[in-house]
Amino acid sequence: MALFIVRRVLMIVPILLGLLLLAFGMLRLAPGDPAAAIAGDNATPEQIAAIREDLGLDRHVIVQFADYAWNAAQGDFGVSAYSNRAVGLDIAQRLPATLELTFAALAIAAVGGIVIGALSGAWYNSTFDHFVRVVTVLGLATASFWFAIMLQLVFALDLGLLPLRGRLPAGMEVPPDITGFLLIDSLIAGRLDAFGATLSHLALPAITIAFGGLATVARFTRSSVIEAMHSEYAAYETAVGYPRRRVLFPFALKNALVTPVTQVGLLFGAFVSNAVAVEAVFDWPGLGSYLVQAIFAADYTAVLAVTLVIGFVYGVVNIVVDVVHGLLDPRVAERM
Amino acid sequence: MLILRKFLRDIPAVLGLAIVALAILIAFFGDPLIVDGAQAVIPDLRSRLQPPSWEHPFGTDNLGRDIFTRVVMGTGGALTVSTTVVAAAMAIGVPLGLIAGYTNGFASEAVMRVTDVFLAVPQLILAIALAQVLGRGLEAAVVALAATYWPFFTRTVYAETRRVRTLLFVEALEGLGAKRLRILAMHVLPNVAAPIIVRATIGMGFIILTSAVLGFLGVGATPPDPDWGLAISEGRNYMPGAWWMTTFPGLAILALVLGFNLLGDGMRDLVDPRLRRSR
Repeated sequence: MALFIVRRVLMIVPILLGLLLLAFGMLRLAPGDPAAAIAGDNATPEQIAAIREDLGLDRHVIVQFADYAWNAAQGDFGVSAYSNRAVGLDIAQRLPATLELTFAALAIAAVGGIVIGALSGAWYNSTFDHFVRVVTVLGLATASFWFAIMLQLVFALDLGLLPLRGRLPAGMEVPPDITGFLLIDSLIAGRLDAFGATLSHLALPAITIAFGGLATVARFTRSSVIEAMHSEYAAYETAVGYPRRRVLFPFALKNALVTPVTQVGLLFGAFVSNAVAVEAVFDWPGLGSYLVQAIFAADYTAVLAVTLVIGFVYGVVNIVVDVVHGLLDPRVAERM
Repeated sequence: MLILRKFLRDIPAVLGLAIVALAILIAFFGDPLIVDGAQAVIPDLRSRLQPPSWEHPFGTDNLGRDIFTRVVMGTGGALTVSTTVVAAAMAIGVPLGLIAGYTNGFASEAVMRVTDVFLAVPQLILAIALAQVLGRGLEAAVVALAATYWPFFTRTVYAETRRVRTLLFVEALEGLGAKRLRILAMHVLPNVAAPIIVRATIGMGFIILTSAVLGFLGVGATPPDPDWGLAISEGRNYMPGAWWMTTFPGLAILALVLGFNLLGDGMRDLVDPRLRRSR
């Protein structure tokens, strides 16, 4: 088991190296000469050459790559040619907002998906089960950015129940930044008004992102609960006279949860990428809307830095999921 | 014919097939549905932002173009993009998966490690970055999607080829002195075809969703293309008044993706009864 964990954790090295190569390659592929862009239209060739030397663009490609990788490892992704700010700082500032949103969505998807999936699996072929199946199939086919707009139309613009965009109402004093997670920061500061406001701002984007994932979790839970309910021990418990809800909880559910739990981990990556378009719709000040701004500004440094950071987070989460899966189900660890 | 009868009994799968078939029909023979061909392309400011009516079933957009017509025209675009991307990804991913799965050694390792890297980043993020670098536009988006989708095929084909490689008939072929290319193309490929087809069908839905995101974010189709994702992003500026501008193109995406997903699920059930979802 220890060997399995070490091997999985070491997997991050080739993945990281590959990611860096990919990002560096794309950066070099990007159109336009960054030196010329910085120098401006009236620069002489000598000035451009001086800037190239300044930026280190005259060195060998491999040296440049090593430099890029070394800086990226320290969180330095270069300076944006668009905003003239350090991209690494911008990302660090915006990452907590995205993580808060992703974790909230993950919680909704995990709890909702497992509860709904378990109920529809235990009473399968019931009306409720049919309803759940239709909704989950729709959930997997819905474009999240469109669903976000539909929720905005209904709940924010038409009914006025929830805020339309942003993380806090305009003009509200932001609680002191300690963790970057507004839900936690507002509690630390004892600001219940900010806590409530954060929660109501979080609701629509988190539900949007959770929808597709909830469908996935519900599907997996449902099928593994059905399988567990058909096992011999479940048949025995039924014969002894346990009602169906007792057979389901805790007996069948406990055995049925291994697959859905690993699914929840995998969803994290899907959610981070769904967050891009959804954040743009809700003006959520996270990495996703930063990426969209960078796209519109043709700011390659920022686009690739975000790609790198998200890829890194995703890779780490995947490895954690593998390890957890191995701990939950030792057969998996032996196979790898 | 047993398999056909089994498929026909699967109502969701048949529904999926019907949706996909309808979409293909619309893409090829949709012209009579179009209220007035010119109206979809040429702005007519006198009839801008009209709500759904008999004349304009889905309403009109900010330039007075008929949205129903544009949704119908967008069907062909969505199918073309997804077919191109899936075909290109298959053309790259399947041979790589066959070779990596059938051989041992450096080449096989190298292919699978590259695949790992691609699969370690969310495909959407990679596609956005690549489309951006290649220069915005539909062609760049198609290339970016194909360049980031092939590893899914490689992974699938690799696992299946590993399994088939150990079967007796492959060993017999090798013993008979058959050329490796012949074994791979004539004997291994047909045996791994089913999962490839399933993956391709589900991939169609996935690529339609992803390319809609790219269109929405402005790294895909460009105006005045009747792209669904782009249409939703244009409609955002006219909310909440003109709700129909965003609603109907999104429903079109939903319907087509749903069709491919249901069809793919049904085919997976046929190919691999162990994964049957209706159990």
